[in-house]
Amino acid sequence: MNAPVLALRDVHMHFPIRDAWGRRTGWLRAVDGVSLSVARGEILGVVGESGCGKTTLGKTIVGIHRASSGEIRFEGNEIGALSPSAGHALRRTLQYCYQDPGASLDPHWKIGRALEEPLVIHTKLSADERRARVREVLAAVGLPEGHLDLYPHEISGGQQRRVGLARILMLRPSLVILDEPTSGLDVSVQATVLRLFLELRERFDLTYLFISHDLAVVRLVSHRIAVMYLGKVVETGETEAVFATPRHPYTQSLLAAVPVVGGRRVTEDFWLEGEPPSPGNLPTGCRFRTRCPRAEARCAAEEPELRVLADGRQAACHFA
Amino acid sequence: MRTLRRLIRDRSALLGLIIVAALVLAAVFAWPLATFPQDVTNYDPPHRLLPPSGTYWLGTDRMGADIYSRLLFGARITILIAVVATSLAVLIGVPMGLVAGYYTNRVSDLLMRISDVFLAVPQIVLAIAIAQTLGPAIQNVILALSITYWPFWARLVYAETRSLRNEVFIEAAVALGASPLRVMALHVLPSIASSVIVRTTIGMGGTILVAAALGFLGLGPPPPTPEWGRMIAESRGFLPQAWWYATAPGVAILLVVMGFNLLGDGLRDVLDPRLRRGGADAS
Amino acid sequence: MQAELLSVRDLSVSFVTEGGVARVLDAVSLSLAPGEIMGLVGESGCGKTTLARAILGALPANANVRGGALLFDGRDLLTLDPSLVAEQVRGRAITFVPQDPYSSFSPLFTVGDQIMELLRWKSPGRRAGERSWSRSRRRADRERALALLRTVQLPDPEHLLRKYPHELSGGQRQRVMIAMALLPEPKLVIADEPTTALDVTIQAQILKLLRKLATERGVSVLFATHDLGTAWEICDRVTVMYAGQELETAPIADFFRAPMVPYTRLLLDSLPSSGSALRGIVGDVPSLVSPPSGCRFHPRCPRASDACRADHPAAHEPEQGHQVRCHHPHLQPAGIVAA
Repeated sequence: MNAPVLALRDVHMHFPIRDAWGRRTGWLRAVDGVSLSVARGEILGVVGESGCGKTTLGKTIVGIHRASSGEIRFEGNEIGALSPSAGHALRRTLQYCYQDPGASLDPHWKIGRALEEPLVIHTKLSADERRARVREVLAAVGLPEGHLDLYPHEISGGQQRRVGLARILMLRPSLVILDEPTSGLDVSVQATVLRLFLELRERFDLTYLFISHDLAVVRLVSHRIAVMYLGKVVETGETEAVFATPRHPYTQSLLAAVPVVGGRRVTEDFWLEGEPPSPGNLPTGCRFRTRCPRAEARCAAEEPELRVLADGRQAACHFA
Repeated sequence: MRTLRRLIRDRSALLGLIIVAALVLAAVFAWPLATFPQDVTNYDPPHRLLPPSGTYWLGTDRMGADIYSRLLFGARITILIAVVATSLAVLIGVPMGLVAGYYTNRVSDLLMRISDVFLAVPQIVLAIAIAQTLGPAIQNVILALSITYWPFWARLVYAETRSLRNEVFIEAAVALGASPLRVMALHVLPSIASSVIVRTTIGMGGTILVAAALGFLGLGPPPPTPEWGRMIAESRGFLPQAWWYATAPGVAILLVVMGFNLLGDGLRDVLDPRLRRGGADAS
Repeated sequence: MQAELLSVRDLSVSFVTEGGVARVLDAVSLSLAPGEIMGLVGESGCGKTTLARAILGALPANANVRGGALLFDGRDLLTLDPSLVAEQVRGRAITFVPQDPYSSFSPLFTVGDQIMELLRWKSPGRRAGERSWSRSRRRADRERALALLRTVQLPDPEHLLRKYPHELSGGQRQRVMIAMALLPEPKLVIADEPTTALDVTIQAQILKLLRKLATERGVSVLFATHDLGTAWEICDRVTVMYAGQELETAPIADFFRAPMVPYTRLLLDSLPSSGSALRGIVGDVPSLVSPPSGCRFHPRCPRASDACRADHPAAHEPEQGHQVRCHHPHLQPAGIVAA
């Protein structure tokens, strides 16, 4: 494998929990020691349920949050410790795509101006060169040039989404973090959006970090996946291998919970009980043990590390 | 343009607009409109305290000057004070609020505490204290008013900026690498402009009222400047026999303050703070 | 088929909006047998929420029922005395499980207060017109509530009654909502996307619970969802809606094995599954203010003909129990659909 585009080592993102007087009463460990790497051209799916820290992880990587500790290397440069302003030059080719990219458009700005903004900030292109680039990218996302003079509220939600994507692509990013890009979409729209992502990846040589709670979607687009539970990666591996033989009990239950149309019914044999504990108040040892059917005394005493298994996959379970 | 049309459809806002426009016209065309423009500075004691008539539309004052003409020239003073003082307050308050709302650190806390201090003292008291210290002059009135009024804008802009900070499009601009100055000036400011405009319009009315109060207390521009507040103060001694003397400037102040308030309220309804985003539908 | 519990006949509902009159339901018909779990599937804007609200009698103020009938237990809810509907049907014989349990609770009262307030008016032990709440009924109601909370697998219900809604997790709140929907011993529960806001592992638990309770108690469920996987999990039959018209109704297995209406096929093809071509459906959902004539799907339909532009055909049954409202249904099984 060539040098990874993105390499995370032991990244933590802790938020202080404060009481009504502003005193700190604890830490919300949203991301709690994540190590990952993303190879060039790959789509890495990050899956997990709400509160598992996947969105915080994405925002930490692009610098919306500043990591509490750990190392974030993007294209060989350490960017985690940089202040937001210092990191911007390095982060030019690292872009974050919101769940609804349309919402990232300023409602008071015409679309043409919104698309030029990244170029104005980061490049010294002339106005003509900027406009040429805007037209090129706008065509790539399948929108007519006439839209440049419209305001976001004058076009449909689907078109806003495309404009939002175009804005991200203006700087020719090498890595795009897609945060729940299909959540809230109808399936017929979802298919179109996913196809657009795949087409754009081909055309612009993109690498994706694809954050989603929807396992079916992640399975469809990702080469590899990382499963997160309460701020930690509990399992990673090639997508098909993980879906075929999940090693971590949490992954197993997650896969078992997804309804498969025409297949066996989840409701007949679903075994996982209870709900995840709060990330502000984690159990000792393995954080899945409170719901895990295989939990033993050892799981409470000792937190399992993410370790490489015989087949090259990784899982954080004493029994994997 | 669309804003103006919608404003005109609202009856009370239209009334406000007419009053404010009339004030501006009166100030600009005070010279041609006035029946006795020379009366502002030259006195005519033989004709003192005449009731309203065909010659003296609103009567004359204790110096024999035409009250109608003095009112017109007073409009200039009123507008000058209101516009300059409010603009100064906006110029101080808006950047303060922007910076304090955009950042969450010690500096932003400090800025807001400073504005709290100013807000803790009643405006009129503070303005009197400042004007008293500096002496009666038009520039001192303006200074006193802007110093006491800027915290209102700082507070407003602070609150709006804080809530905008959580909007996706602001976060997206930051994530894109836009500098704080750029985000504040090009994204935050246009989004809060409508509330600032509304607050400023209503604030004009308040400024005019306090300016008149200062004038009434003798802290305004010195005579013979035809300041409305001072005109009321002068009329006090003649109230029983010359009712028109106090009534004319009093009604003028009332109308103008009401006009700005009505206009501000109308603007608030018309300027939708956030342009609606398309694509939302309920099933 | 057994006697019908609910029969919606040619129901049309429109909304007065800023842009004009939106015809949100266009002569929709469907029926539900006692004890049956019926899925109402469709994408956003298809009218499933409006249909659910119409049956509940909870349409917003700008909605007009323009025609049709809502027969429940043999009586037309649209023509019945409204006070009788409020007393005997709404919240009693027909109850509701919302999408978002959080906003359905008042944040100011404990869960127990809200359950008891419900029981005060909607308890099966309450006689018609009774306004007082005797101590004995009150005690019996409380016992019933505790028993049902245990049935929905909420541990320590006594303690739970003293909590405020924000102190519960999403899954717990939805369990309480299900318990509250079942407390009046209804004949029909209308569930509008009850698991959409939940994580997939919690969703599986809730679906399992809902299905078990409905079956045990013989309660019918009208389950509105946009998620075909969820419909597969829980429903006996499914009706597909598009832009305010119902297109196809079939037993769940037939529906997924051999969908007939082109829209249903395209919808199933859009499901993400390995090897799927990510086709999606070309075009956008039409405006309901000026919907297409005839079958509202015709502008996006590969099989559309002049007949489709002219009218939306009445239901016919190419196969036993499999109804379509389409001029050109696929009568050959597709062969596959989804894994």
